[in-house]
Amino acid sequence: MIDITNIHKTYITGTNKLHVLKGIDLKVDAGEMISVMGASGSGKSTLLNILGILDNHDHGEYLLSGIKIEHLNESKAAQLRNKYLGFVFQSFNLVSFKNAMENVALPLYYQNVKRKKRNAIAMEYLDRMGLKEWSHHLPNELSGGQKQRIAIARALIAKPKVILADEPTGALDSVTSQEVMDILTDINKNENITMLIVTHELDIAKRTQKTIRITDGMITEIVKN
Amino acid sequence: MFDLDRWQEIYHVLKKNKLRTFLTAFGVFWGIFMLVIMMGSGDGLKNGVSQNFGDMATNSVFIWAQQTSVPFKGFTRGRRFDYENADVRALGDAIPEIKFLAPRTNVGGFNGSNNVIRGLKSGAFQIFGDYPVLDSIDPVNLLQGRFINELDVKEKRKIVVIGLRVKELLFEKNENPINQYIQVNGVYFKVVGLFKSKRTGEAASNDNQRIHMPFTTCQKTFNMGDAIGFFNITSKDGIPVAVVEEKAIKVLKKRHSVAPTDDAAIGHFNLEVEYNKMQGLFFGIRVLVWIVGIGTLFAGVIGVSNIMLVVVKERTKEIGIQRALGAAPRIIISQIITESVVLTTFSGYFGLTLGVGLLEFINYLLEKTGAGSDMFLHPGINFNVAITALAILVVAGVVAGLIPARKAVSVKPIDALRYE
Ligand SMILES: Nc1ncnc2c1ncn2[C@@H]1O[C@H](COP(=O)(O)OP(=O)(O)OP(=O)(O)O)[C@@H](O)[C@H]1O
Ligand SMILES: [Mg+2]
Repeated sequence: MIDITNIHKTYITGTNKLHVLKGIDLKVDAGEMISVMGASGSGKSTLLNILGILDNHDHGEYLLSGIKIEHLNESKAAQLRNKYLGFVFQSFNLVSFKNAMENVALPLYYQNVKRKKRNAIAMEYLDRMGLKEWSHHLPNELSGGQKQRIAIARALIAKPKVILADEPTGALDSVTSQEVMDILTDINKNENITMLIVTHELDIAKRTQKTIRITDGMITEIVKN
Repeated sequence: MFDLDRWQEIYHVLKKNKLRTFLTAFGVFWGIFMLVIMMGSGDGLKNGVSQNFGDMATNSVFIWAQQTSVPFKGFTRGRRFDYENADVRALGDAIPEIKFLAPRTNVGGFNGSNNVIRGLKSGAFQIFGDYPVLDSIDPVNLLQGRFINELDVKEKRKIVVIGLRVKELLFEKNENPINQYIQVNGVYFKVVGLFKSKRTGEAASNDNQRIHMPFTTCQKTFNMGDAIGFFNITSKDGIPVAVVEEKAIKVLKKRHSVAPTDDAAIGHFNLEVEYNKMQGLFFGIRVLVWIVGIGTLFAGVIGVSNIMLVVVKERTKEIGIQRALGAAPRIIISQIITESVVLTTFSGYFGLTLGVGLLEFINYLLEKTGAGSDMFLHPGINFNVAITALAILVVAGVVAGLIPARKAVSVKPIDALRYE
C-alpha cells in the first residue's frame, strides 16, 4: 500500500538547513496497523506529512497504492488525499463553524456528493461513533474525545485506503485514549484500512501490529507487538 | 446551483467581524453612492440647461440688421436699413442648404408701456408677426385652439395666438380666451390659440408673455411696409448651420449695399455653436464624474481586497484543513472570490439604491416646490449606467478577490495546517 525508499527531507529556514529525514525505507502492506515512535523532533510528523502528500520530500521514491507521488500539482494532490487518505490530528482540526455532521460530511462535499446524501452518510458514521445525538452541535460544544471521534468519522467517510494519525490520543486522557484506540483497531479489522499512528505512549503503540522507531531521521528499529 | 455550504461559509466569514465587514462594505458603498449622485447631478444640470432650448431646433441662426460701419457705394457709415420681403425669396433661392426660413416682424412693448388692452385689463407684451413655419423651428405647447396657418398669412387675418401669462393677465381665471378679442396697439384681434412654453425658468416666462400674429397682418396693421425684423433660419440635417449663416450674410450684404468687409452691419447669432459648446461642457463634466467616481470606487475595492487578504490570513488553518480533506485549489479560490464579489456587490447595490433613491427624492422635492430651474432639473441616472455600475462592481469584486485567493492556495497545505 505504502512503499517508500530512501526518503530525505531537509527544512531550510533562512540560512539554517535542518536535515530531518535521512533516508527512510518503509513498506506497509494493505490492512496493516503500524505505530511510529521516537523522541520529540526525530521527524515522525515530517514523515507522516510526506506520506499524506501535505508536504513534499526532497529525495527518494514514494509509491502510494502503486501511484508514484512526485511533482504533483495541488489539484491532483487534493484529489489523491480525498480518495486515498484520511487524517486524524492531535488537535482534531474540526471546522469551527460547521456542526458535527457537516464536519464529517466535508470530504464528500469535495466529491460533489449532494448535501442530503452526504449528510445522511455522515449520520451513519456518527452513529457508529455513538455520537448521533451530537450531530448538530458545533465543535466548541464537544469534549476532546467526542471531537476526536468526529475527526475519525470524517477521516473514514470517503472510504480511504490509508489513515494517517499524528498523535491522535495526545490531547486525551488515558481512558478516552483507549476508547479511541478501540475504534481505530475496529476499523482496521473490519474495513481492512491501513493505519499509521504516531504516538508517544507505549500502551497505545502496543495495540498496533508493528512499531517503528525513528531516531534522528532514520528508522532504527521495527518491533512486532 | 445553490450551494448551502458555500453560503454558510460566506455568512460565517462576514459575520465574524461585523464592524470590519461594515467598514469595508462602506468603502464600496460610498464609491458607488458618490458616482450615482455625481452622475445624477450632472444630468440634472444638463437637463436644466437643455430645457432652456425647449424643443427649439438647435441648428438655428438668427440674423438681424444693425448700423453699417463702413462707407460703401456712396452711402456713409452709420446707415440704418431694414430687410424686406424680397430677401426671403432671394435667400431661399441662393442657399439650397436652408431647411426652414422664418422671417419675423416685431412690435415692442415688453418691459415698456402697456400696449395690449382688454376691457379694464392691460399689459405690456412682446408682439411678433410670424409664419406658421415657426412651429417647426421653435415649437410651443398649444393648450387651446390652434397656431397661425397659411390662410391667416395669405388673408392677413386679424388673429393672435397668446402665451399663458398673457391670458392670465387679460382674462379671468375660468374664462375661455378663444374667440375673444384683445386690443393690440389700438387694433382689435381675435384670439385663436393659447400656448405654454416648452422651456423652464426665466426663458419660459419670457415665452409666455408673447403674442404671435400672422406676419403679413403685422406688417400691414402697423404700417411697416415690407420691413422684416429678423430671420430665423435652420439648416438641413447634417449640414452645420454656420454654412447657411455665412452664405445668408453674403447675400444680404449684397442686396443691401453693405460693404463685404462690414462686420457690424449685420447682427447674427448662431445657436448651434452655443449648443455645441454646452454639449462639450457636459461631456467634460461626465468624463470628470466617471474618473472621480471610478477612483472612489477603486479605493473601496482596494479596501475589499485588503480585508480579504486579512481574512485569508486569519483562516489559513481552516483552509489548510479543507485542503487536507481534498478541497482542490479551484474550490478555495472560487470560495474566496465569491466572498469578495458578495461583499462588493451587496454594498454597491445599497449604494446604487440609496443614490437613486436620494436623486428621486430631490426630484420629488423639485417638482413639488416647483424649484426646478433653468440650472437644475430632473436629476437621475439612466438604467444603462446603473447596470454598468453593477457590472463594474462584480468585476471589481473578482479582481479584489483574486490576489487573496491566489495567496490562500500558494502555501503548502502543511504550512497552512501548522499556522498558529
Ligand atoms: N516547517 C518546518 N520548518 C523548519 N523546521 C521544521 C519544520 N517542521 C519541522 N521542523 C523541524 O524538523 C524537526 C522534526 O520535526 P517533526 O515535527 O517531524 O518532529 P516530531 O518527531 O513529530 O516531534 P514531536 O514528537 O515533538 O511531534 C524538528 O526539529 C522541527 O523543529
Ligand atoms: Mg510530531
